[in-house]
Amino acid sequence: MSAEAIRLAVRRPARRLFAHQLRSEQLVFWRSREAAFFIFLFPLLLFVLLGSVYSGKIYGVPAPEALLAGLVGYGCANTAFAGLAIQLVIRRENGILKRLRSTPLPPATYVVSLLISTLIVFVLQTVALFVIGRAFYGTPFPSDVGSFVAALVIGAAVFAALGTATASVIRSAEGSSAVVNFILLPMAFLTGSFGPTHRYPAFLRAIGDVLPLKYFIKLVNSVYLHGHGFWTQPGALAVLGAWGVAGLVFTAFKFRWEPREG
Amino acid sequence: MHAIEVSGLRKAYGNLEAVRGVDFTIEEGEVFGLLGPNGAGKTTTVEILEGYRKRDAGEVRVLGSDPDRPEPDFRERIGVVLQQSQLWPNLTVRETHRIFAGYYRAPRDVDEVIALVGLGEKADSRVKTLSGGQKRRLDLGIALVGDPDLVFLDEPTTGFDPQARRAAWEMIRSLRSLGKTVLLTTHYLDEAEQLSDRVAVMREGQIVRVGTPAELTTTDLQTEIRYRQNGEDVLVRTDEPTRVLAELTSAAVARGEELEGLQVRRPTLEEVYLALTAEEEVEA
Repeated sequence: MSAEAIRLAVRRPARRLFAHQLRSEQLVFWRSREAAFFIFLFPLLLFVLLGSVYSGKIYGVPAPEALLAGLVGYGCANTAFAGLAIQLVIRRENGILKRLRSTPLPPATYVVSLLISTLIVFVLQTVALFVIGRAFYGTPFPSDVGSFVAALVIGAAVFAALGTATASVIRSAEGSSAVVNFILLPMAFLTGSFGPTHRYPAFLRAIGDVLPLKYFIKLVNSVYLHGHGFWTQPGALAVLGAWGVAGLVFTAFKFRWEPREG
Repeated sequence: MHAIEVSGLRKAYGNLEAVRGVDFTIEEGEVFGLLGPNGAGKTTTVEILEGYRKRDAGEVRVLGSDPDRPEPDFRERIGVVLQQSQLWPNLTVRETHRIFAGYYRAPRDVDEVIALVGLGEKADSRVKTLSGGQKRRLDLGIALVGDPDLVFLDEPTTGFDPQARRAAWEMIRSLRSLGKTVLLTTHYLDEAEQLSDRVAVMREGQIVRVGTPAELTTTDLQTEIRYRQNGEDVLVRTDEPTRVLAELTSAAVARGEELEGLQVRRPTLEEVYLALTAEEEVEA
């Protein structure tokens, strides 16, 4: 076989494998009612709820628009961080990751499919948030769609890295949901996902100031509420990048494919 | 052609030497039973062969590959049933098989495999509705769906009721008739005896005996001869049953007596196994 023929023979199954694995991931996600509810639907419900509570202006813009931006942030952390971490821990502790390693599915194909599948869920959720906002509260769609999508992908990547890092330190499938929500919910409150934080005590705001979700929401606010390009927030991008790299490095050193020995 | 060749295999976890110089060979189409108490090093040995763990020393060939640096099609040709694994509870049996079938270049027909492992009537049921035995059959089904040449079964019937075990045994026998090589680890002696062409007994990281179940039971323990004489039970253990029996019976015939309740019994594999593993406690 010529080098070209070998390359084609290798490449075609790789693309087929990726498509197969992505379909499988989507099937597994949507078939699990608990995951579909808590990861996909919950931020939408919160938006409907909070949107009917707040009125007037937040940060100088109509309250529903500011809430929408905050809930895109919460949705990102909920899907890419919490959802991914819980799924990975359950799969590892149930032996699914170990089981897959004995098949011809390359680990890289597995990881990329899972990340893209997670991104699909987050993007669908964001579209649903905007449709609900438009229908109930008259919020506009983003003016600069390119910058907005770029911000979503950056956020999803950073929180996915933190999700895999967190999955590496959680020891049991039973405890995974509790541990992850113990991180996620306070972070969402302290960083303004559910409404403005300027009336919080200074020390709570100080904690919020180091958390990555604060900077993702800042990015979304800048792009969505003020129509700026995503690159106009270099400080926020730098903090997000630092968290993302920290998550990746931690994952690289600590992630295990195998369950804890029984 | 050997399916598996192992020589001088060693593996330690910190100070604990789990595998201490293991050698064995498994032929193509053979069902090989690896037997031993918990902690004997069975799972470590098998996981090195499957490519999950790196060895410290020794030579290993599995289907011609070094599992540490496997040929590209190595994972196309092996099927693995882990000791404990749970799949996605909300997918059906058929969907689960389809997902795994998609990983292989030339998978078997999914419905055929589901029928082979006896889950035909459960093909459209969710995994979470299956019984423990049915879940193990699902594990076996997804290990077979890639049409492997070599199947690793790690304690495939642990926790089964007797009926489910018989059914699993039938399935494992059918693997042999398909020409598959099977490496079976178990701590059930009857299982090893029923299914294996050859058995290796492991103890403290070493193989203490290898052979067919018949060889193990003839060579390892003395034959027992029992009879009653003057109202008392007599038990003779001997390596030379023919000679001892001839002497006993001719003496009895000469005396005009009958040896009441005369029995000649070879040890069972279980007795051989218990004797082999009892040495461990004496040494310890």
